[in-house]
Amino acid sequence: MPREHVVATYAEPRALIAAVTELRAHGFKIYDVYTPCPVHGLDEAMGLRRSRLGLVTFAAGALGASAALAFQFYAAVFDWALNVGGKPDNSTLAFVPITFEITILAAGLTTAAAFFLRCGLFPGAAARLAEPRVTDDTFAIELRWRSNRFDTGEARRALMRSGALAITRTVVD
Amino acid sequence: MTPQARTVEVDRRRGVLSAGASGGPRALSRITDDVVRPLNAWPGGGWCAAFAAALTALAVGIGCVCYQVATGIGVWGLNRTVGWAFDITNFVFWIGIGHAGTLISAILLLFRQHWRTSINRSAEAMTIFAVLCAAIFPLIHMGRPWLAFFVLPYPNWRGPLWVNFRSPLLWDVFAINTYLTISLVFWYVGMIPDFATLRDRGADGIRKSIYGALSLGWNGSCRTWARYETLNTILAGLATPLVISVHTIVSMDFAASIVPGWHTTLFPPYFVAGAVYSGFGMVLTLLILTRSLMQLERYITIRHLEAMAKVTLLTGSIVGFSYATEFFTAWFNGSLYEKATLYGRATGPYAWAFWTMVACNAAAPQLLWFRRVRTSAAALFVLSLFVNIGMWLERFVIIVTSLHRSYLPSSWVMYRPTMIEVGTLAGSFGLFFTCFLLFIRLLPMIAIWEIKAGASGEAHGAAGHA
Repeated sequence: MPREHVVATYAEPRALIAAVTELRAHGFKIYDVYTPCPVHGLDEAMGLRRSRLGLVTFAAGALGASAALAFQFYAAVFDWALNVGGKPDNSTLAFVPITFEITILAAGLTTAAAFFLRCGLFPGAAARLAEPRVTDDTFAIELRWRSNRFDTGEARRALMRSGALAITRTVVD
Repeated sequence: MTPQARTVEVDRRRGVLSAGASGGPRALSRITDDVVRPLNAWPGGGWCAAFAAALTALAVGIGCVCYQVATGIGVWGLNRTVGWAFDITNFVFWIGIGHAGTLISAILLLFRQHWRTSINRSAEAMTIFAVLCAAIFPLIHMGRPWLAFFVLPYPNWRGPLWVNFRSPLLWDVFAINTYLTISLVFWYVGMIPDFATLRDRGADGIRKSIYGALSLGWNGSCRTWARYETLNTILAGLATPLVISVHTIVSMDFAASIVPGWHTTLFPPYFVAGAVYSGFGMVLTLLILTRSLMQLERYITIRHLEAMAKVTLLTGSIVGFSYATEFFTAWFNGSLYEKATLYGRATGPYAWAFWTMVACNAAAPQLLWFRRVRTSAAALFVLSLFVNIGMWLERFVIIVTSLHRSYLPSSWVMYRPTMIEVGTLAGSFGLFFTCFLLFIRLLPMIAIWEIKAGASGEAHGAAGHA
């Protein structure tokens, strides 16, 4: 079944947000929006959910902290207890700095890895650009649908009304 | 899109939206052009001269380190009384330099200080290069750097005999490695959208493929941006306590010992303030040079320099106050040895270093109370050099004057650096500047996407209120 992609471009974020709000109010499902920089207010206009990356950070941090503390305790108390300057084998307070560093390391690396996985960013990934200039100075809205779904003219008229600079319709067979 | 895709219709309207409040698309495109231009142009004479000087210094340093490793650390001026001197001074100096980068990129991000956007990328780069320089010194101080992996707790056949987790020196190993890793991740993540911009604009051939690989297929999707901003905030939130912990732990290398002059609870905040102070000194030195070398005065303005000067004034005053507190503590606590060490700093054979340090770190920054000084690039450049010199001397004073006269007068000695140590210090500067000069030629030294977000955000806000 052929698919239609419609890409509308805008010169500045204000028009983009107005267009997104307008289209969603008319019940159109927006496939994606592409911008050269983060746009304040776009998340709300798109109705995007708050990212759950923070949960990953917390889990990895908690795991890192427990593992670091447990390992130091195991090494210094069970596996090979060494008397260093008469300090107790279980010098818990002295284990805090390394536990802290490992917590940060585990949390930071895991969060970055989760971000890459979730966004499908990896070395060698081909960049599918909706419009060649979206990483430079152009803001773009992309709509996609199967060709015979509904009247595409209505969507294009709505995009035109929203002040799009250019609207490109592409059919993918 | 797939190969079968065919564009069937294009509707274009020109001039429907006259350039909006942001100056229209050209304003954003111009930001890209300004940052990308130096990357595509041939290097100028100034850059080439600086690069040649940096490479020469680096070569001297490599020669000195090779000679020292082959011969042994007896080629340094250390002796039985002064076991730490130039090497650890350099280590603490470079680690401190790095702190300004994290402060600018993480702490100022959390405080929503928008002026940081033009300088954060280069300050982060500075952090990474400074931490690399710092890491060299404890490594070569081991004498047998090929056994450096002994500091890691890996399973071994000697028991297994684990490392001593109670030692601040081991805490340092973890702190420095975590700091380097997280700073690298933060720096790289921050550059991904800019790599995509470079990939799509202005690059060709091999550079296009390198930028393409580094951009990881970034396409500017708003979903990716939303998660990306969350990731940046989280990394900033992690890097903020991290940077404070790093210099706190470095200060514990000293404070956890019982050497008079080192054994004080003041050290962690005093070292962190000093680190930020020295780091801002180095950021000022580098950026005042770079902005004129790369013609980026439009982005790194006097306003940015002035803001950095204010942070320098604040942290410099904390450092000056800490010097006074150290003396007060020595006088007030009644410890004979503490008093002898501190008074010895100001009146002993290293008094020249102490008073130069006070002049550079406590007195010189007070000039920054004057707006005319804060807004003059030339005056700030000279002052920043004083900050660098003063903060290097501070570590030298803390380390050497506390060690050279210990409890036993028969072991009192003087420490003098050898040419090998001076050459190694010069080499670390060579490494730092070689990396930095390559960075400003090969990578976008100004965060393009953050500047654009600021530019379009301001216009958006202004339009919203209009």
